[in-house]
Amino acid sequence: MLDGLLSGPGMLDLRYIERMTTKNRPTGGVTRRTALTTLSAAVAVTLTPGLVSGQDGALADTTKRWGRLPNALGTRSPAENPRRTPSPTSSRTPLQDLHGTITPSDLHYERHHAGVPVVDPIAYRLMVHGMVDRPITFTLQDLKRFPAATRTCFLECSGNFGGQREDVTPQDLCGLTSQSEWTGVLLSTVFSEVGAQPRATWFLAEGQDAAVMTRSIPLKDAVGEAMLAYAQNGEALRPEQGYPVRLLLPGWEGNASVKWLRRIEVGDQPFMTREETSKYTDPLVDGTAREFSLVMDARSVITSPSYPETIEKGFVELRGVAWSGRGAIRRVDVSTDGGRAWKPATLQQPVLPKAHTRFRYAWEWDGRPTEILSRAVDETGYTQPEMSALQRVRGRRTRYHLNPVTGWTIAADGRVRFGLQRMRA
Amino acid sequence: MNRLMIVVAAVFTISLAAAAQSPSGPLRIGTPATPGQIAALDIDVRPDGTGLPPGGGTAREGAAIYAQKCAACHGANGEGGTADVLVGAEPKNSAPFGPEYERWRGARPDVPFTIGNYWPYATTAFDYVRRAMPAGAPGSLTADETYALVAWLLAKNEIIAESDVISRETLPRVRMPARARFVPDSRRGGAEVK
Repeated sequence: MLDGLLSGPGMLDLRYIERMTTKNRPTGGVTRRTALTTLSAAVAVTLTPGLVSGQDGALADTTKRWGRLPNALGTRSPAENPRRTPSPTSSRTPLQDLHGTITPSDLHYERHHAGVPVVDPIAYRLMVHGMVDRPITFTLQDLKRFPAATRTCFLECSGNFGGQREDVTPQDLCGLTSQSEWTGVLLSTVFSEVGAQPRATWFLAEGQDAAVMTRSIPLKDAVGEAMLAYAQNGEALRPEQGYPVRLLLPGWEGNASVKWLRRIEVGDQPFMTREETSKYTDPLVDGTAREFSLVMDARSVITSPSYPETIEKGFVELRGVAWSGRGAIRRVDVSTDGGRAWKPATLQQPVLPKAHTRFRYAWEWDGRPTEILSRAVDETGYTQPEMSALQRVRGRRTRYHLNPVTGWTIAADGRVRFGLQRMRA
Repeated sequence: MNRLMIVVAAVFTISLAAAAQSPSGPLRIGTPATPGQIAALDIDVRPDGTGLPPGGGTAREGAAIYAQKCAACHGANGEGGTADVLVGAEPKNSAPFGPEYERWRGARPDVPFTIGNYWPYATTAFDYVRRAMPAGAPGSLTADETYALVAWLLAKNEIIAESDVISRETLPRVRMPARARFVPDSRRGGAEVK
C-alpha cells in the first residue's frame, strides 16, 4: 500500500523525509517510524473526505489510511467542543469539561465593562506617574526588557455565584474562575524604576477600554506579588485578558487586575472609583458595608459528577477544584451523605499558593438518594462556610464574594442536580 | 590560594550573581513622561476634588442632557432599564440593607441600590460619567455637561436642590447619605466567617 501511495504525482519521497528529519535532529538517528509518522500527514492531505468517517458514518479504521501532515496551528479534536457561556457582560469557563489546573487560554472566563478593545502593541504605552521620582512612559518592548517573572495563579470574579436554580452546571455556578501561568515584570521592579516615594500608600490602575476601567490598589499589600503580565500560558495575552499588558494581583478579585493597562498613578489615598464603591463592596448584616474586600476567600466545587449528568450505582470518582486567595489549599473535605460525615479528599500535587487545586475522592454509590458536598480549608485555617453562616454575618442583600459550600443532589435514578435547598438556609 | 581567599572569592562571585538577578537601582528603561503627556491622560477625580476640571452645571441643565443621552438605557427618571437604576432616595438618609432598613421595609419589596442610597462619594459620579458614559460615546461629554448631569443625579436622589450649582468647589462638599457606612475589610483568614 505504501509503495502505491508514494508512486502517485505530488507524493513525497520517503527517503527525502528521512533525510530532512535526520538533518533536523542533532543527536540520535531517526527511526523509520518517525519518518512514517511525518509522512502519514502528507498522505492524508491528498486524500479525499471520508478519512474520519467511513461510508456508513462510523469512524474509519485509522490504521489503514494516513493522517494529516503537521500544520501551523493546532486545533482541538472535532469531537471535543468545550465552550464558554457568554452573556452581555461575561463568559464563563466550562469547569466541568476540564481535567487539570490550567485553563486553556481560549476558555479563560471574561468579564469586561465596555467590550474588548483592539490595542496596537506598537502604539501601546504604559504611563507611571504621581508620587514617583521619575514619571516614565513604557512601551511594550520596554516592559519586556525588564527582568521577567512567571507565576501560576487563579483569577476569580468576585461576582462568581450562580446557584439560584437546580439546573445549573459548575460553569453556571462558578465559571468566573480560571487559571493561567502568567509572565511579565513584577510591579516592584517597575516601581523601583520610577522611584515610587516612601509616603505612597495607594495606586490607581487604569485600563484603555471604553470603560477606562479604574481601581485603587493598596500599595503595600499588592507590591509583593503584583505583576504587569504580558504573557499567558506561554504566549502573548489573549485580547480579552488585557492584551498587550494587564495588572495581575494573585488571589485578589479579578476586577482589580485591570486589563489593557495604560496608566498607573501612585498616590497616598484611594481614588474611590465606581467599581470599588458602588459595585464590589459588601453590605453587612449590621448596616455597615465592607470596602476594598479584595482577597478571594477559599472555595471549592465538585465538577464531576454534576448537573446534567446521570450516574450509575457503583464506583464514582468525585472530582473538583479548590482555591484560596490567601495561600495554599490545605485540605478539601468531601461529604457523600449531605454533610453529616466529612472525609478528606486527595489533593493533586503540587499544591500552589493562590492556585486552583484538583481534589479527588473515591466513592461507591449505593443507589440511594443523597447529596455530595465539598468544603475547602486553606493554610490560614479558614474553612469554606455554609451559605447560612455567610448570610448570618452579611445579611440578605450581599451580592459579591459569595463562596458557600455547594453540592449536588443525587436522585434514586442517578440524576444529578444542583443542591439548591442548601442555598436557602 | 588559602582557604579564606577562596571563601572571599566565592562570596564575591555570589554577590555579583545576585546583583545581576535583582537590580537595585533604575535600569534606565522607558522614556520620561512630560507634564503634558501626564495631563492628557490624568482624568481621575478623588473624593477631595483633586482632578476636577473648571466648569459647573445645575440639575435643570442636566435634565435636558439626561433625556437626550442617558434616558434610553437608564429610564426617563433614572429608574433603570437596560442599564443600572440610578435614582432612589429611599430609605431616606439610610441604606438598603441592615437592621434599620429591615425595620423600615416591613413587608414591602426591597428597594434597589442607587447613587442616592449607596454611593459613598459624589465625586465618583463625576469621575465615572466623564470616563465611561454615555455608553454609546464614552468620553464625549464636556466638563459642564458632566457637572450638569451629576447635579441632575444628585437632585433626583434628593441630595441637593434643583437650583444648586455643582462645580469643582461644591462637588467635594456634597455629603452622601451612605458615606459613614463604609468600613475597611476586616477579613484576615483564619477560622472566623466574616
